[in-house]
Amino acid sequence: MATSRDDIKFLSNPKIGQKRKKYCRFRKFGIKYIDYKDADFLTQFLNEQGKILPRRITGNSLKYQRKVSTAIKRARHLAILPYVTDQLK
Amino acid sequence: MSNYEITFIVDPVLSGDEIKGTAQTYVDLLQNEGCVIVHVDEMGLRQLAYPINKRSSGIYYCVEFQSETGGVIDQMELAFRRDERIMRYLTLKLDKYGVKYNDDKRKGLIGKKKKQAQPASVTPRTEKPKPAPVESAPPVQKAAPVAAAAPVAAAAPVAPVVAKEEEE
Repeated sequence: MATSRDDIKFLSNPKIGQKRKKYCRFRKFGIKYIDYKDADFLTQFLNEQGKILPRRITGNSLKYQRKVSTAIKRARHLAILPYVTDQLK
Repeated sequence: MSNYEITFIVDPVLSGDEIKGTAQTYVDLLQNEGCVIVHVDEMGLRQLAYPINKRSSGIYYCVEFQSETGGVIDQMELAFRRDERIMRYLTLKLDKYGVKYNDDKRKGLIGKKKKQAQPASVTPRTEKPKPAPVESAPPVQKAAPVAAAAPVAAAAPVAPVVAKEEEE
């Protein structure tokens, strides 16, 4: 019964449990300046309530996470982004 | 010489000429103080993300200028605060990357992104594919067990058939 077969080695796909490595998109693509007027870009770093997503989810490096958060706060002051909301996306 | 950027929101209730006149007075104020105006960006009427002074929209202006000392900014901000037509303002000192970014944007180097963004910005609520990458990470993991179950089910029927053949 338990003969070894080359094509059936695993019951499930072994790659499923693996996590994709997170990376900082600003470092990877060489983005140096984050524009606070670009609301579409900044919404990538917000959740549905308009809260800033943590680094452990976005994968940003600390330097750029700080820049993102300042840019978002500037955008909020200028009413480009909301302070509180329910359905941002 | 350092570069500064002032963004301000003008009350939309004013007539078109008044709005332009308001923006022009501040540009003139900067020029009188010996600043070099790099660019005046009229971003136009935009919906505000939340109401300010019971207004739900505003006209955005963004002025980039060079100044030797930052002395003008105090005057500008005082004038903004006294002016009822200005709803909000924000002054920034640009670093070298900010100067370069604004320069590239004017040349249209960042225009490719802008062209994609502009149709989306007309209907920002329907724009969903872009935010997905950030959010997609957790759902993928959640979906994984379901996907894992499927291959097992698919593989299961194959194995017994093979076993039977070997028994015979």
